[in-house]
Amino acid sequence: MSEGIHPIASLLAAVARGITGVQVQWAGCEPDERQRIYFANHTSHLDFVVLWSALPSEIRAYARPIAAKDYWEETPLRRYLAENVFKAVLVDRGAVSKPNSHEESKFVGRSLIEDMAAALGERNSLILFPEGTRGTGEKVGEFRGGLYHLAVRRPDVELVPVHMENMNRILPKGEYLPVPMLSLLTFGKPIQVEPCETKHAFLERARESVSSLRRIGSA
Amino acid sequence: MLAAILDFKLMLLFGAVLCLLVILTVIGRILKRDPDSMVSRPTADNFNAQIAAWWKICVVFALSLLVGPVGSLFLFAILSFLALREYMTLVPTRRGDHRTLFWSFFVIMPLQYYLVGLQWYNLFAIMIPVMACIFIPSSIAVAGDTAHFLERTTKIQFGLMVCGYCLSHLPALLLLKIPGFEGHDARLLLYLGIVNQMNDLLQYVWGKLIGRHKIAWRVNPDKTWEGALGGLVSATALGTLLWWATPFTPLQSAGMSFTICILGFAGGLVVSAIKRDIGIKDFGAVIERRGGILDRIDSLCFAAPIFFHLVRYYFAP
Repeated sequence: MSEGIHPIASLLAAVARGITGVQVQWAGCEPDERQRIYFANHTSHLDFVVLWSALPSEIRAYARPIAAKDYWEETPLRRYLAENVFKAVLVDRGAVSKPNSHEESKFVGRSLIEDMAAALGERNSLILFPEGTRGTGEKVGEFRGGLYHLAVRRPDVELVPVHMENMNRILPKGEYLPVPMLSLLTFGKPIQVEPCETKHAFLERARESVSSLRRIGSA
Repeated sequence: MLAAILDFKLMLLFGAVLCLLVILTVIGRILKRDPDSMVSRPTADNFNAQIAAWWKICVVFALSLLVGPVGSLFLFAILSFLALREYMTLVPTRRGDHRTLFWSFFVIMPLQYYLVGLQWYNLFAIMIPVMACIFIPSSIAVAGDTAHFLERTTKIQFGLMVCGYCLSHLPALLLLKIPGFEGHDARLLLYLGIVNQMNDLLQYVWGKLIGRHKIAWRVNPDKTWEGALGGLVSATALGTLLWWATPFTPLQSAGMSFTICILGFAGGLVVSAIKRDIGIKDFGAVIERRGGILDRIDSLCFAAPIFFHLVRYYFAP
C-alpha cells in the first residue's frame, strides 16, 4: 500500500465539498491522528467522499473506506476508483446479507473481519457504513455485525460515530444529478464495547450514537 | 467603474454610509468591551453581528460598482443561489422533489437572471410567477409522489420567488433606463438599501425604547406597533431627505420610502414566520459557516420587486 493521497482523490473530494458545502462539526471528539473507525449512516453515493474530505489532510492519508466488492468491482472505472484512488478495502457483503447456509455465512463473515482488521494494521483508520446499504435518510437503519466483531478484535481502536445529514437530499439512491443543498456532518463521542455487552445491545447503542447527532429537526 | 467614481452624489451617499458604519462599529466595540454597559451581552453580540453583515453588504455593493451591471448580475445570481441553497437545506422536501429541485437550481434560476440581463422585461417579470408556477407542480406530479403535494409545490415555488425572483430585481434596477438619470442607476440600489436597512434598525431601536404592544409575538417577539410605526416614520423621513440622490422629487421620495418600509416590515415578518414554522431561530444558527444570508435579506426581498416596478412604471417609460 503506497502512502499519500491520490491526486484524483483530492480532486473528487474538492468537488464533493463544493457540491455539498459540508458543515463539519467535531461535537464529541477532536481530530486526531490515532487509529479510529469512523462509522456513519449511509444514504448517498457521495457519503464516503464527503466524510473523507471532512477529515484533516494528515488524517485523510491514512483513512480507508470499507466498500462493497459486488458494486465496486463491477466496471473497470469503479474498480480503479476503489482500489487505486481511494485505496478502499473491498469486502463481500452479498454473502453476509444473503447467506445460503448458516455455516457459510459464519465463514465469510469471519474472513470479512480478517480483511478489515488487516486493513487497519498499525497505522490506518477505517471509514465504515454499518448499515451495509444506502437508506432513505428518514432514520438510521439497523447495523450489521462487522462493527462489533472488529471492535472486539481491536479494542485499542477508537470507534467514532458520524452523522451525515441531507446527503440523501443531495444525491439520493437512484438519482445521478446532485442538488446542491448543504450537508451537515457531525463527529460524535467515541464509543466502545462494554464488558459483558451483547452484540445486539452494542449495535443498537452504536446506531443510537449516530442518530442522536442529528441536527435539523431534532429540537 | 470610472463612471461610478465620477458620480459625485453616489460617492457622497456611499461615503456617508461608510462613515456611519465606522461609527457604529466603534460603538459596537465599546458595548462589547464594557462589562457594565446598559445593554445585555446578547444584545451587544446581535448588534455586532448586524454591523458585520452591513460591512459585507457594503463590500458586495462596492464590488457591484466595480464590475458594472453585467458583473453585478453574476454577483446577485450567486447570492440568489446561496440563498436558495440555504432555504432548501432547511425546508423539508421529499425524495420525489429531487428533479424539480435540480431544475430550480440549475435551469429556472439561471434563466431568470439571463432574462434580467437581456432586459426582456415582459418575460422576466412572469418567469417565476407564471412559468415556474406551472412547471413545478407538473414536474412533481410526473415524479409520482402525491403525499403533501400542495405543500411541496408551495415550498419550492415560494423559495424561488423569494430567493430568485425578488432578489433578481436588485440588479435589474441597475439596468433601468431613466431619462435624465442615465448612468446613475447604482444610486437607486443604494437608496433602496439604505432606506430598507435603516428601517430595520430604527424599528429595532424604537421597539427597544418605547415598544409595548407586540404585533405578533408568536412570529417575532421583537416586533411591536410602536417600533414598527416609529421605524416607518423615521426611515421615511430619512428617505425623503435623500431625494437629491434619486430621480424623485422630495414628495415622491417620501412615497417610495414609505413603500419600501412597509414592504420591508412585511418581508421581515414573513421570513420570521417561515423560521418559526420549520422550527429554527435563524438560518445562520443551523448553518454556521455559510448561513445567514436569508436572515439578512428578509426585509429586502419584498421591497425589491415592488420598488423596481414602481420606478420602472413611473420613471422609465
